[in-house]
Amino acid sequence: MIQKEAERIFETRELNVNMGPQHPATHGVLRLVLDIDGETIVKVTPYVGYLHRGIEKLGENLSYFQALPLTDRMDYVSAMSNNIGYCVAVEKLFGIDPPMRAKFIRTIVGEMSRIANHLLWLATHALDIGAMTVFLYCFREREWILDLFEMICGARLTVTYPRVGGVRNDVPQAFLDSLWKFTEEFPSRILEYETLIDQNRIWLQRTVGIGVISAEEAVNWGMTGPTLRGSGVPYDVRKHMPYDAYDQVEFDVPIGTAGDTYDRYRCRMLEMRQSNSIIRQCIEKLPPGPVMADDPKFVLPPKDKMLPITQPTDMAYFIIEKACKGCGMCLRACPAKAISGEKKKAHKIDQSQCLQCSTCFTTCKFKALTVVPGGKGLSDEKLAELAVAPDKLPDDIKEAQQNLTRQFDFIKKGPKVPEGEIYVATEVPKGELGFYFVSDGSGKPYRMRVRAPSFVHAGCLPRLCVGHLVADVIAAIGTIDIVLGECDR
Amino acid sequence: MLIDTSTVGLVEVERGVKVLPPNVIVTSLDKIINWGRLSSIWPTTFGLACCAIEMMAVGASHYDFDRFGIIFRGSPRQSDCVIVAGTVTKKMAPVVRRVYDQIPEPRYVVAMGSCACTGGVFKTYSTVQGCDTFLPVDVFVPGCPPRPETLLEGMMMLQEKMRKERARWSPWR
Amino acid sequence: MAVTQVRLTFAPSGLAPLAIAEKIREAFPDQVVEVVEFRDQVSVIVKKGQIVAILRYLHDDPFLSFDHLQDLTAVDYAKKKDVRFEVVYSLYSIKYRHRIRIRAQVPENDPKIDSVVPIWAGANWHERECYDMFGITFTGHPDLRRILMPEDWEGYPLRKDYPLKGPDFEHDWPGFTDMVKRSRELREFEWEG
Repeated sequence: MIQKEAERIFETRELNVNMGPQHPATHGVLRLVLDIDGETIVKVTPYVGYLHRGIEKLGENLSYFQALPLTDRMDYVSAMSNNIGYCVAVEKLFGIDPPMRAKFIRTIVGEMSRIANHLLWLATHALDIGAMTVFLYCFREREWILDLFEMICGARLTVTYPRVGGVRNDVPQAFLDSLWKFTEEFPSRILEYETLIDQNRIWLQRTVGIGVISAEEAVNWGMTGPTLRGSGVPYDVRKHMPYDAYDQVEFDVPIGTAGDTYDRYRCRMLEMRQSNSIIRQCIEKLPPGPVMADDPKFVLPPKDKMLPITQPTDMAYFIIEKACKGCGMCLRACPAKAISGEKKKAHKIDQSQCLQCSTCFTTCKFKALTVVPGGKGLSDEKLAELAVAPDKLPDDIKEAQQNLTRQFDFIKKGPKVPEGEIYVATEVPKGELGFYFVSDGSGKPYRMRVRAPSFVHAGCLPRLCVGHLVADVIAAIGTIDIVLGECDR
Repeated sequence: MLIDTSTVGLVEVERGVKVLPPNVIVTSLDKIINWGRLSSIWPTTFGLACCAIEMMAVGASHYDFDRFGIIFRGSPRQSDCVIVAGTVTKKMAPVVRRVYDQIPEPRYVVAMGSCACTGGVFKTYSTVQGCDTFLPVDVFVPGCPPRPETLLEGMMMLQEKMRKERARWSPWR
Repeated sequence: MAVTQVRLTFAPSGLAPLAIAEKIREAFPDQVVEVVEFRDQVSVIVKKGQIVAILRYLHDDPFLSFDHLQDLTAVDYAKKKDVRFEVVYSLYSIKYRHRIRIRAQVPENDPKIDSVVPIWAGANWHERECYDMFGITFTGHPDLRRILMPEDWEGYPLRKDYPLKGPDFEHDWPGFTDMVKRSRELREFEWEG
């Protein structure tokens, strides 16, 4: 009787709670609107797009080589894997094959980035659930990996180290030694994390039985990567559609049974060990040879055989007075404003201001601009004596000049790509990253589509959260391992 | 060995700061307030994009923001500054502005990374070309993303800026 | 709560993509427009009328069993092809390890196609993104709203006639322009050293 009266007076309603986009535990700028009945979640509506930067549209307006750095900025936690995914797709579209050494190096850096990603995932996931120490431990090893990345390409986060047709440069021996030391040390470090949380009662209560999804349902939702494998589906792109050197190394794929947050956590922990062993195998098997495919139709020329870099110290650019028509092309093109002259009269380069960028050299159409090797610091009269017409220059300089023209051409306009469309998937730490290109024969993709695993996983959030408590939303966001840069592109 | 305070008297340790040993300091209100403020900057935890990862790295064990007294706060209402770490999109811009509006005076803005400074590579339909279009930015930290050291340098520059402020605490400023 | 490790094989199995395309042609002879092959990947271009039936057949047939929808997207072929849009479904079978791509033609004057959410739940957000970016309506979709752009955004960004740099400031999204105008008004209250 009293209860009925109370129900009549105190009406109970579902509460509408907004979470994000500025929230410390949403891994970026995800916004969730939760309908809660007491502490239980009735409905979750995710709102994404707060980081939509138009990467797909931008990629359609850039050549294949220019769009590569954009992929770093998608999944910035594991930029290396994204670069590799892009390069593998573009290589398949071009129909070129990188050399074996480049494939092995890519496998190494790809697995390093998988470890770095899983470390950051573990750090933030544990921090969200309440284990602060794990955060500090994981960042210790992550910094180690980022330092190793810095050794090979000079960047920590947005690396752009893999290139279409291979990798940017060969790895130094010191890097391999240091990495070997890391792989020896790392398994014991994983044990340290596991000591902290693996059997921790709070951790178990927050993860076991939370966000359960069955195998069929997980496939139906389009889940991939460790998120899918936690449910027991043995789908790994590295095994199903091997790329790079994955078919030359041996590794196992950890799969869970329960499909809950704890199993997905275990899968990722075991995956780190597998990555560690893949890196070790690759270092042992690393073959010698070039690291860039040699295909003048599709691949950028090597940087050490290009004009400004061949003889950067002692050359001078010079305008041959007789040949110069005074068209003003070089004058407008010069970034340093070192060229002066009146229209229809011979121009002149102020050697003290010249940056030796060779822009004028590539713009001149009348063969008036030339290079004087060893001409730096000489007077104009002396240069005029030494200067020869550009078509009479030595062969190596001529080749360097052609390489430079090719570089400009490929970067700006892109190579001549066969017409067609292609979808290539790679296994990034988050799941299956797919690139879908439609080529219309020009050097820019007609359509560049990124199938981002985070986008698909964020779509599953309502399925994982409903029926659980509010606090478990944080565990669910953590367990699907999303990065909003990739989700929104 | 204890200093004999009766003989030393007031000692000027730097311009405008005098010390009477053992524990009396004479200085202006400006100096003491600015010193207190700059020694405990609490930025909002507000990561937008790639730069947020580097911001986390600065906060973590290797670079350690805490030694500057910089501790991340979850709520803008309890913080002193906002580090705009990453690309600001048009959809996100009103949210960024609202977070800034919630921070109590005196407040500061650090634009971290190329995207927050100028829009960076993303000159597209959905990206704001620099967060200074709608926020008063105090320090621009360049880089894509900036190295953790660069962010530390940026925060130190912000501290220098705060050190030189005059009478920002006063209601009649 | 038990995680095991399995050693998967690399060996691909399953049907050749052209054989799958033949099967589709047999089952739906009047729907298939063209079969295109490029770098060992086969696309089947179909009409949009029976797209759900075709995909349901590919999903349910025990010898095809395309259970994994890798990707769903659209392409704008403005002025390149007679039919302006194509909705692209990339399918993969985890069980048999074979793949196929279906491209459904969607004309400009009637940008509508049936939703495949009843077959793959994961298609939900992909279809919302297509609607957001290309303006293609998916009939039968449970919750068709803009997803990446704000809900009152005008225009469809990934269409080829949409400029990369977007609208100019006066015609921009009001949520952004209003905020910028208000911040200019508030500028006089900012502290200046």
